Amino acid sequence: MSSVTPLKDRTAIVGIGQTAFGKGLEDSELSLACQAVSMALDDCGIAPSEVDGLASFTMEPNREVEVARSVGLGDITWFSQVGYGGGAGCGVITQAAMAVATGQAEVVVAWRARKRASKASRPWANVAQRIEDNGMWSRPWGLLRPVDEIAILMRRYMHEFGATRDHLANVALAFRKHANNNPAATMHAKTLTREQYMEARWISEPLCLFDNCLETDGALAAVIVSAERAKDLPQAPAFIHAGAQGIPPQHNTMTNYFNDDPLMGPSWAAAKQLWKYADVGPDDVKVAQLYDAFSPLIPLSLEGYGFCGRGEGAAFTEDGALEWPNGRLPTNTSGGGMSEAYVHGFNLVLEGVKQIRGTSTNQVADADVSLVTSGEGVPTSALLLTKERAA
Amino acid sequence: MTDFLLPVDDDELTGPFWAGCARGELLMQRFTESGRYCWPPRPMDPTTRSLDYEWVPVSGTGTVWSVTIPHPPLLPAYSEVAPYNVVIVELAEDPNLRMVGNVVESADAPLNSIDPHSVQIGEAVQVVFSPVGDMFLPRWVRA
Repeated sequence: MSSVTPLKDRTAIVGIGQTAFGKGLEDSELSLACQAVSMALDDCGIAPSEVDGLASFTMEPNREVEVARSVGLGDITWFSQVGYGGGAGCGVITQAAMAVATGQAEVVVAWRARKRASKASRPWANVAQRIEDNGMWSRPWGLLRPVDEIAILMRRYMHEFGATRDHLANVALAFRKHANNNPAATMHAKTLTREQYMEARWISEPLCLFDNCLETDGALAAVIVSAERAKDLPQAPAFIHAGAQGIPPQHNTMTNYFNDDPLMGPSWAAAKQLWKYADVGPDDVKVAQLYDAFSPLIPLSLEGYGFCGRGEGAAFTEDGALEWPNGRLPTNTSGGGMSEAYVHGFNLVLEGVKQIRGTSTNQVADADVSLVTSGEGVPTSALLLTKERAA
Repeated sequence: MTDFLLPVDDDELTGPFWAGCARGELLMQRFTESGRYCWPPRPMDPTTRSLDYEWVPVSGTGTVWSVTIPHPPLLPAYSEVAPYNVVIVELAEDPNLRMVGNVVESADAPLNSIDPHSVQIGEAVQVVFSPVGDMFLPRWVRA
């Protein structure tokens, strides 16, 4: 008998909380973090004193001790952070699940709070010193922003696979339609047409304004406990069926141009681990939240997680495939980072939970298997949430 | 002084590359035992785990693997010359040696010295060394 005990359904997300999303919110990042954590605990009826684990991003500006002091947490016996910005979110939840499954903590809170005016939110604009890190091989030539780094990959992708701006518009328009049904989305009231997309100003050709995520203030939190504990709580649990992180060989974060195939990113590595112990496969996924800092990450993620073959991700978006309710794979049903809010992908985690609960504003019928991914193009992570525990 | 971003030039691992650029030589890290080129440079050969490498001159010829055209908002020095092209060049020696750069009219020409939309994937290019601040950056002219 194997000594490995996979994560499979041993833990669940039982509480979620989120603040309003917007630009220029008055509350501090710390206040927003505390509010989201507090709401997530109220959602599942667990007292702050019971929280004994904390999971967050290395880019999270609010330290564990500050959140714990304000919310009134008890003894914290496990705490951990995951690096690489937008790649972290599902890894934060996965590591929380590992802590609960191994008894290092019983109630873990995971959160992300972010304000766009924060100094930490635009690392690319730091010009204080000569470049010492890996950016020395790209930034001096004017490849400055994350969007530039992805645009140059997308140009190659278009060249190799015949993808077009229409494919990227399929992504942007689908997510905007979803946001138009989601009152919490910052783009709830703003529609987007294909003509508006095609006429939008360039940011980094071939990417235009609408290929980019939003800039948003806000905070979200989730509570993770054991499947046994979940039975006694008020909300339907979203079982953590599988969770994975991934860094492929010779990977170079967002300037991943120096290996055999730069168009096969970290999703491929995370996917191998995600499906390894799962009872389900890509064909069983009813709804997906794919990290969308930029529209090209959607075709790349569709390929990495096995919804189609290499080079087929752009074509996958045709015929409304990503759109709720009739698409083949309704994707980013809250509007995602491009049209709901950009909080480093943590809103995608919460939307994945809402789909399992049946409370999304774009609810997919029979959403029993819900995929969430974090940033493709950086060391990444993914989560597979399920409605029923495997027998 | 320049408002363009520049790297540190006195790092033990990467310094020899920049010293080569200042002399007008494009150098690549090559591990002695395996003969494998590595870019960006690193302390250990990922195939043999040998620590022995040298910096060797390469041809400085390559082809454009991809291109993007950044538009503002950018850092001020770059905004002033935007839109400009940024390319990834595959070196003739090994397709896994890909360098970020710009295609320019000549070594001394500005970033926007050619129409950025004219740069095509697959174009043959040759390295030049552009003076920027107190350093020389490898850029590319049409071969």
